Amino acid sequence: MISYLTRRVLFFGLTLLLTSLIVFAAVRLLPGDVETAVLGRGAEPAARAALRQELGLDLPFLIQYANWLGKFLRGDWGNSYALKAPIMPLVMQRLGNSMRLALIAMLIAVPLSVLLGLLAGLSEGKPFDIAFSLISLILVGIPEFVMGIILINVVALEWKLLPPSASVPPDASFSEALPRLILPSLTAAAVLLAYIGRLTRVGVIAELRRTYVRTAVLKGLRWRQVVFKHVLRNALLPTITVIAISFGWLISGLVVIENVFAYPGLGRLMVFAIQQRDLPLILGGVMIAVTAFALANLIADLLYAALNPRIRLS
Amino acid sequence: MESPILAIENLTVAYRLQGVWLDAVREVSLSVNAAQTYGIVGESGSGKSTLVQAVMGYLSANGAVRQGKIHFEGEDWLNAPRRRREQIWGARLSMVPQDPLSALNPALTIGEQIAELVRRHAHLSRRAAHARAVEMLQRVKLPDPEGVARRYPHQISGGQQQRALIAMALASPELRLLVLDEPTTSLDVTTEAAILDLFAELQDSHRAATLFVTHNLGVVARMCQRVAVLYAGEVMEDAPTITLYSMALHPYTRLLLRAVPRIGDPRPLQAIPGRIPSLRQRPSGCVFAPRCAAAIELCHAQKPPLERAVEGHLVRCHRWREIAAGSLRLEEASAELKRREMQQAEIAFFEQLFSGEQNGAQATVMRADHVRVQYGVRGLLGRLLGQKPPFRAVDDVSMRVLRGKTLGLVGESGSGKTTFARSLIGLIAIESGEAHLLDMPLRGRPRQRAKATLKAMQMIFQHPEESLNPYRTIGQTLRRPLMTLSGMSRAEANRAAAELLRAVSLPADYLSRFPSELSGGEKQRVAIARAFAAQPALILCDEPVSSLDVSVQAAILNLLAQLQQQHQVAYLLISHDLAVVSYLADYIAVIYRGQLVERGTAESFFMPPHHPYTEALLASIPLPDPKARMRRIRLTDDQPSNIVPSGCRFHPRCPRYLGDICRTQAPPWQRDRQGGYYRCHIPPDELAALQTEPEG
Repeated sequence: MISYLTRRVLFFGLTLLLTSLIVFAAVRLLPGDVETAVLGRGAEPAARAALRQELGLDLPFLIQYANWLGKFLRGDWGNSYALKAPIMPLVMQRLGNSMRLALIAMLIAVPLSVLLGLLAGLSEGKPFDIAFSLISLILVGIPEFVMGIILINVVALEWKLLPPSASVPPDASFSEALPRLILPSLTAAAVLLAYIGRLTRVGVIAELRRTYVRTAVLKGLRWRQVVFKHVLRNALLPTITVIAISFGWLISGLVVIENVFAYPGLGRLMVFAIQQRDLPLILGGVMIAVTAFALANLIADLLYAALNPRIRLS
Repeated sequence: MESPILAIENLTVAYRLQGVWLDAVREVSLSVNAAQTYGIVGESGSGKSTLVQAVMGYLSANGAVRQGKIHFEGEDWLNAPRRRREQIWGARLSMVPQDPLSALNPALTIGEQIAELVRRHAHLSRRAAHARAVEMLQRVKLPDPEGVARRYPHQISGGQQQRALIAMALASPELRLLVLDEPTTSLDVTTEAAILDLFAELQDSHRAATLFVTHNLGVVARMCQRVAVLYAGEVMEDAPTITLYSMALHPYTRLLLRAVPRIGDPRPLQAIPGRIPSLRQRPSGCVFAPRCAAAIELCHAQKPPLERAVEGHLVRCHRWREIAAGSLRLEEASAELKRREMQQAEIAFFEQLFSGEQNGAQATVMRADHVRVQYGVRGLLGRLLGQKPPFRAVDDVSMRVLRGKTLGLVGESGSGKTTFARSLIGLIAIESGEAHLLDMPLRGRPRQRAKATLKAMQMIFQHPEESLNPYRTIGQTLRRPLMTLSGMSRAEANRAAAELLRAVSLPADYLSRFPSELSGGEKQRVAIARAFAAQPALILCDEPVSSLDVSVQAAILNLLAQLQQQHQVAYLLISHDLAVVSYLADYIAVIYRGQLVERGTAESFFMPPHHPYTEALLASIPLPDPKARMRRIRLTDDQPSNIVPSGCRFHPRCPRYLGDICRTQAPPWQRDRQGGYYRCHIPPDELAALQTEPEG
């Protein structure tokens, strides 16, 4: 177990290092150059050269990378070209917003999807299962923005239950922000719901066919005990991994939903940064997103190991 | 008379498949009394699993009882509501399943899996239930029951898992009926013997009735007072065990008994031609008639009733009276006795070979000298990341296989016998030492080897379904080695393939069939045909019959023996089953923990002195004869396989352990009077004397 843990953490570090190199190189390859972005089209060659020197762009690639990495690790992420402000607090604040949204989406999606998936799996082939499969398939198929727009039109504009926009002032407390967060969370949850629910269903069906379930039944245990203690414990193992990984996706991948609801999350910041060719901001944002994703993966692995005695004890 | 614990009356169970009801169990009646052990014997497809499910009251969703009754302790068990059944399961009616690992929940500790049953039925506190679980683990003789209770299923051996399941089944003090569903089939023979001992011992302590379902006639002979023989879902014969084994009245029972290989009996096995009818094509008369040598018109036309021959002996055959009177003799088999008299000169020659001298190379097909194989060799990165240290699975193994002869390599799972074979094929590298096939070195991966080397050595595996490509017809499978290895044209290969099929007794129209259309025995015949296609000098047979039914096993073994005689091919026969090995082998070598511990001719092998390990193996085999007394030599459970014991590797389990010398010094090879060799500190005469002593 200890060696498994160290191995996972080592791989985590290695992943981050390699992705940072790739991201750094990729950002360099983006069309357009920094000088034009900062100084404008008509800039003097001398001014351009001065700026390049100032930004260290005249150094060899690997030195540039090492310089950037050193500063990045020390918390010096530089200033955004477009916003003329330090990047780190900006990204961190957006990260906080994204995590808030992700958390609420998870709180809605996870219990509901596991419950529905379990019920569907237990009633395999019966009407409930068929209905579940059909609806979840539709939910997976509907693009996020369509779902968002439907929710805005029906819940916010038609029924006037919740505000349509999710733009939260930075200093709003959680209870103030909550009503605005529900619709975007629901939209994100809809996708997860279908995904996690279907996975749970398949897991439950597979586990029900395992021989140990017969052993449990023939012990005289009540069906409820068999399901919750025996079946679910094993059926949820893959599900838990996927839940942890989707948390990473929720933090960095909700560009469309954040746009539809005008929500100030990490995804929208990234789109902005790319439109502005704001290289330091892109770098900072992508690194945070990558870290979040890798961290989610690491947690998924560790969680899986902790819950699975076959890995935990070998 | 006391009323039976379990009474089955005229039971028919069917499955609904594609809208049609197909009977898997038909008109079965039997009753099991308190403290009685009732055996149900049947091959696969006999309906024995369905019968178990019906008795447990747990049929699969597409199965249903079509007629008949089951009474459990006088109560209508078939119509008992789920609630009622939950009260009885685990409390008064328990089952020990076939495959212990899959029957245990991987995510719960052994202790909890027993304790939850106790809590459910006895309403004990958590602590008391746990204590009861530990007590039960102790009763099934698990060492360190406290420790086992804390462990997860994957952390204990197969034998220990099965003990845990037995502990679970017996945990309820109210137990009235114990159903054993092939409880030892997936275990090694030494573990099987220990588990059977345990059952025999526990039978005295609990008064519960036992229903023992198995395909193994030897196990039945040992364990049961009464046996019902099931064939295609029907009871063929039902009698006290002693009667059944001494004067079986049904042709099927008789054939079944003749199909079991017996140690030291060189008569050819009597195979039962054909196979169990599928549920869809049930014969209208006697279900066994299509395979029965004694079948007459009446048998095909009319189903025989289950008649009482004498008190307590039931048989379902039109001709049982003739069989009982001896006027109909079924044993008149024409097959010639397999001759295995070895000339004195040959023995001397063999001894030279085993002692390592290079001699008579033309008769040696394969020789291995000091072969070592290591698993899990770590690279630098692997060492840093803490991978397990490497493990030597084969350690200094030398042997010769002679033209037209069979060398049987015997060992338990994990002994290194399969690893050795894999190293010859080139699937795993030989670490040191060397192996030669017809003087060509066996080195490198299969694709790096010369065509002549590939052609000269072929394989037959345990599971034919896994070694035949499901998307190739039999013809394609057979043509391939003919064309690639023997360089035949397509037309020639076609003719040769048909010829091969005939040699393994399959009709030529099988060429266009796919493996899925064949039975297990037929697939193994194809695998044999494929092995012979390249006209090899040596065939490695890795457990060639252990996945097959008894009656099919016999046919395959006979086929292998016959083909060997015709083609003078050598076999390296790898098996855990001493009976199978004794039937085919001319020479036998026993491997334990990667080292040979005994080797010799097949004759000398079964005569003392034996290596103590061989002795234990021989003593473990359940004989298909209820009167045979088992010698009580048992091995303790094996230890973790990656720790190699010092001195003699067998000393921690040895029933003849001498003392310090066994623990500290590797034993020498000793030669016994019959010309066999074994590796032990005990001298031959002393060992022989120990092993011929009558048991008290």
